[in-house]
Amino acid sequence: MNNNYNYPDSRGHFGQFGGMYVGETLMPAILELDEARKKYMQNESFKSELSELLKKYVGRPSPLYFASHLSEYAGGANIYLKREDLVHTGAHKINNTMGQGLLAKYMNKRKLIAETGAGQHGVATATVAALLGMECKVFMGREDIKRQKPNVDRMRLMGAEVIQVDGGTGTLKDAMNAALRYWTTAVEDTFYVIGTVAGPHPYPILVRDFQKVIGEEAREQMLEDTGKLPDSIVACIGGGSNAMGIFYPFLADDNIELVGVEAAGRGIETGEHAASLTHGSVGILHGSKSYVLQDEYGQISEAYSVSAGLDYPGVGPEHAILKEISRAKYETITDSEAMDAFCLLSEKEGIIPALESSHAISYAVKYAAELGRGKNMLVNLSGRGDKDLTSAISILGM
Amino acid sequence: MSRIKDTFTKLKNENAKALVGFITAGDPDMEGSLAVVSEMFNNGLDILELGIPFSDPTADGDVIQRSSARSLKAGANLSKILQMTAALRENYNQPIIIFSYLNPIYRFGYERFIKEALEAGADGLLAVDMPHEESEDFKSIRDKHSSAEDFALIKLAAPTTDEARLETICKAGEGFIYMINRVGITGTGGLDPESVAAHAGQIKQHTKLPVCMGFGVSSPEDAEKIAFAGDGVVVGSLFEKTIENNLDKGKDFYSKAVGKKVKELKIPLQ
Repeated sequence: MNNNYNYPDSRGHFGQFGGMYVGETLMPAILELDEARKKYMQNESFKSELSELLKKYVGRPSPLYFASHLSEYAGGANIYLKREDLVHTGAHKINNTMGQGLLAKYMNKRKLIAETGAGQHGVATATVAALLGMECKVFMGREDIKRQKPNVDRMRLMGAEVIQVDGGTGTLKDAMNAALRYWTTAVEDTFYVIGTVAGPHPYPILVRDFQKVIGEEAREQMLEDTGKLPDSIVACIGGGSNAMGIFYPFLADDNIELVGVEAAGRGIETGEHAASLTHGSVGILHGSKSYVLQDEYGQISEAYSVSAGLDYPGVGPEHAILKEISRAKYETITDSEAMDAFCLLSEKEGIIPALESSHAISYAVKYAAELGRGKNMLVNLSGRGDKDLTSAISILGM
Repeated sequence: MSRIKDTFTKLKNENAKALVGFITAGDPDMEGSLAVVSEMFNNGLDILELGIPFSDPTADGDVIQRSSARSLKAGANLSKILQMTAALRENYNQPIIIFSYLNPIYRFGYERFIKEALEAGADGLLAVDMPHEESEDFKSIRDKHSSAEDFALIKLAAPTTDEARLETICKAGEGFIYMINRVGITGTGGLDPESVAAHAGQIKQHTKLPVCMGFGVSSPEDAEKIAFAGDGVVVGSLFEKTIENNLDKGKDFYSKAVGKKVKELKIPLQ
């Protein structure tokens, strides 16, 4: 590991970012979670149970695929896709929910709650709750329930209660507010499964540690397939969990470029975007200090993206420190560029990517020529696009 | 001079308990809000918790969430609310505690906030999502400009807070301890006087500071049931509900209606 990188501290601070900014009622619960995390994640029985579930149930390792047609089209670096779209439930989210669900079991908590935007985290939490025989409530914004109906149906089929959140714009931020409120009421017997590397400590590192399996596998697979490590790694960023998952095992390799791609929505200049890191400012939201979209008085702005999983006005604090120390760079892709990439990957490779992942694909295709021939670019294909078909087809006018 | 300390000393001498009232500043607009708070003070409110509206009030229930939305829609912001504090200070001497989620304060700048809040005559800050563990940055800036006596950093204790943590919080407490009566968010019922009294007793073993009990107090009867256990009772959602239910009748009506509630709540505390 890079000598300069020793984040976070014991209370979850990544430099000025991170921390535990929650009400006193919740503080004991997150301190208890931190203790449980330290205890069980080193515990042999926990580790082997999780590893077995990831292998036999989730379908890990996910393949590494050389996208030759896409690479040829892009005319530069070779583009490799880490196929998180092929794991059970169709997105990387299951890696984390399986870990947190199992942790809940070891902590003797039988009730799970979660918030979800695109529905993938909700589906993954509902899946794990069904598997482990736990109760599950998923908070989801009114608009996202409309945009992501297939995922709502999947959650209900697996026995989860989907709770519609009508506040605000009815998207991920509002769902997270509602989940935090509910958790404050039910904290004594309920485990909150946070879906991204945001929230109060220890969630950012807890989620990262459950997602780093992506990067660990990709590292071995790249070496096996190409004989070397990638030159550049690209992942989309909403809260930032798939990106932290693939970045983390490469942080110490200073020569490997890490690129996070945020949603520029209808264009940064329109103000309708979700680019917290690249166009936000430092603030405190949902338990941690990081970059957020806010006005001059510290009121949180609404984020917007065609992709329900990216329209969150904050971002994980570890990304904030990676930006500050220039270990990762952060770029943006608009809705229309992401839609083009959605079609492009479908046509060139027969892979329909999630709209979230389409942002990473779009950047990779734009950037491949600049990186140059002979170079290898690893792109995290964080999820599959089935859930987005209805909205994508309507946007495409097909 | 500490307005908070003086208030509790005076109440103690009168064998009375404090009525601490929360109001979202700027609800439904700055002018209306000033009228509401004036009526509260005129009717005997002992301590004001002046709420800064926030877009994402995760520790609050629907009533306070809606009051924040009304206030923000009408254009309230921290600068205007500090001006309102200064205006109140011209006529009233009761303690005013700024009650806020941390982000509006952080964005304003801790140093600028402390300076302007002191200048306006505020007596402290209660930041809902700034637990003891995250309060050091703010406290060190406060220490540069003021003392705990003049600008208190109010700490919260919850029913979920364990003994060791309670001891730490009480040791670091300033002004008074805000005791959360039950697990949950603001504005919902379910007050259990026995557990409230037990919790208050537990806190009092660790501190000589006054203990004010909030969450779930929605009537004079509720206040009466728990008042004996602590030094003050905090009421919030009831006042906001009163404003909300009478919005269409105008400023004079809803401000007087809130004043009437204050008067009623004071009776069991005297």
